[in-house]
Amino acid sequence: MGQEFRIIVLIKQVPDIEKVRFDVDTGRVDRSSAPGETNPFDLHALEAGLQIKERFGGSITIISMGPRQAESSLKDALARGADRAILLTDPRLAGADTIATAKALAATIKKLGRFDLILCGEKTVDGDTGQVGPEVAELLEIPHAAYVCEIREVTRESIKVVSDMGDKYLYELKLPALLTVTRELNSPRLPTLKGLLRAKRAEIEIWTADNLLEYASIDQLGFQGSKTRVTKVIIPGVEHRKGIILRGDDAVKKISEVILREVLRR
Amino acid sequence: MSDILVYAETAGSAIHPVTFELLGKAGELAERLGLKVSSAVLGYNISDEAPELIYHGADKVYVYDDERLRDLNVISYKNVLVRLAREIKPEIFLLGATPWGRSLAPRIAAALDTGLTADCIDLQISEDGRLIQVRPAFTGNILAYIETTSKPIMATIRYRVMKKPPRDPDRRGEIIARKPEGIDEEWVRCLGKISEKRVSLADAEVIVAGGRGLKRKEDLRLLEELAGLLCGVIGVSRPLVEEGWISKDHQVGFSGNVVKPKLYIACGISGSPQHLAGMRDSNMIIAINNDPSAPIFRYADYGVVADLYDAIPKLIHSLTEAMSREGRSSRRA
Repeated sequence: MGQEFRIIVLIKQVPDIEKVRFDVDTGRVDRSSAPGETNPFDLHALEAGLQIKERFGGSITIISMGPRQAESSLKDALARGADRAILLTDPRLAGADTIATAKALAATIKKLGRFDLILCGEKTVDGDTGQVGPEVAELLEIPHAAYVCEIREVTRESIKVVSDMGDKYLYELKLPALLTVTRELNSPRLPTLKGLLRAKRAEIEIWTADNLLEYASIDQLGFQGSKTRVTKVIIPGVEHRKGIILRGDDAVKKISEVILREVLRR
Repeated sequence: MSDILVYAETAGSAIHPVTFELLGKAGELAERLGLKVSSAVLGYNISDEAPELIYHGADKVYVYDDERLRDLNVISYKNVLVRLAREIKPEIFLLGATPWGRSLAPRIAAALDTGLTADCIDLQISEDGRLIQVRPAFTGNILAYIETTSKPIMATIRYRVMKKPPRDPDRRGEIIARKPEGIDEEWVRCLGKISEKRVSLADAEVIVAGGRGLKRKEDLRLLEELAGLLCGVIGVSRPLVEEGWISKDHQVGFSGNVVKPKLYIACGISGSPQHLAGMRDSNMIIAINNDPSAPIFRYADYGVVADLYDAIPKLIHSLTEAMSREGRSSRRA
């Protein structure tokens, strides 16, 4: 049946957003306050890849960019069934905005050679942009579908997906293509014991900017290659809220008055 | 004179209202920066809509009315808009941060090799005339101020954060019909719309939202009754959608809908960061929860520490009574 079906899944390690602390005074995000975890949306992308692999055979390569500790997310992906994992880690790649990130990822994918499908989460819980996926697709000159909530049909040549843009649309994309997926697409499986053992032994391939120079120049990558700059960060307080807490028998009556006064007045 | 280019999003034949909000903001910025406002509208049978863009602030409208643009094909739309941007070289290029806008804009930015800021809630001009883009990040926990070092400066802007300008049918502008080039007939095929969004939380003035405090699917009726009384709609936190109790159209939060109603009543919602990211900008927040330590109370104007099964029927009763009193007195007046 010809060449193997090659799937690439892009993942990012992010701070656990339930635990991370924000310093209201300095506007700093204290990343050390929370353990890193795989961006929750990306697990759905990986699951989609695993399901396609179960049907078609083939391979799944995970690519991530980030600091060395992101290795734990790549190990986790291997434990869930991915075949190969590459971590781009290099101070020269740090501080990248979405376009510089997309260039690094696209250069990595070009270097890997032929592929059929790229999967990624619709966005990350830290950057919140949802831009890297479509930017990678543009740089690789392949079609993409965003907010994919259902994969209807996969063949060697094309894929049919439902894109949830408020209204839902059915699209057919010619392969190779890139999908950004929503959490509704599937329920990610957990690592198996066998997978964990395999992942423990497996090597994460560490790539630096030097590995990408065939396809991207240094000035296109990292902070240097970024076209946007964060000039200030503030942690919005909640002090503008009245914060009135009511209990007991009168509470409902008071709330009812507030609703009538504040909301239903014309 | 160079331009601020506003992409006028159409779905079917109507212009998405975020477009008018963008035109309002673009007009404001254009005046400060000495620029003109241009708009581009793509679709099929959409030419009649072009004057509306002028009435809302565009000086010039590029119209691409073509049957081959009937469907939302991201490659075709990208090619047309990239060509236009290369030709007119706008200083600033704005799109709505709708799902479609957020899928299309990054492709355009990558093709133009320029910076793009996602989901902005404000655009400001610094003292020395630079554009500052303000956007939430970290699931809405921080606000980042961002500047772009390349041209055009591109941004997607969240729906319902900018003010819609008044419609002025006496406003004049130029309408330029264009033939689209770069239509994709190979990569992407839209096989049709398979479902319509049934409820638009983004447009709701009042949202009554339920969370894990609800015990059974049937209990959503209680919220429906309260919402009905206030001419509002039902929202839910993510677990209820995952349980299959209600469609995702109703989900409020980072991975659902970001809403900004006049009144948000959170019933049995503890207030996870992912939920707060979707509703923290509501004008007034009322929370009803039996756990006094629930994080939602810190974001609420009024918090009621009570069992929702006790409090909501009482609230419905109390509101019904007060409204019928009001009705009687207004009839007298």
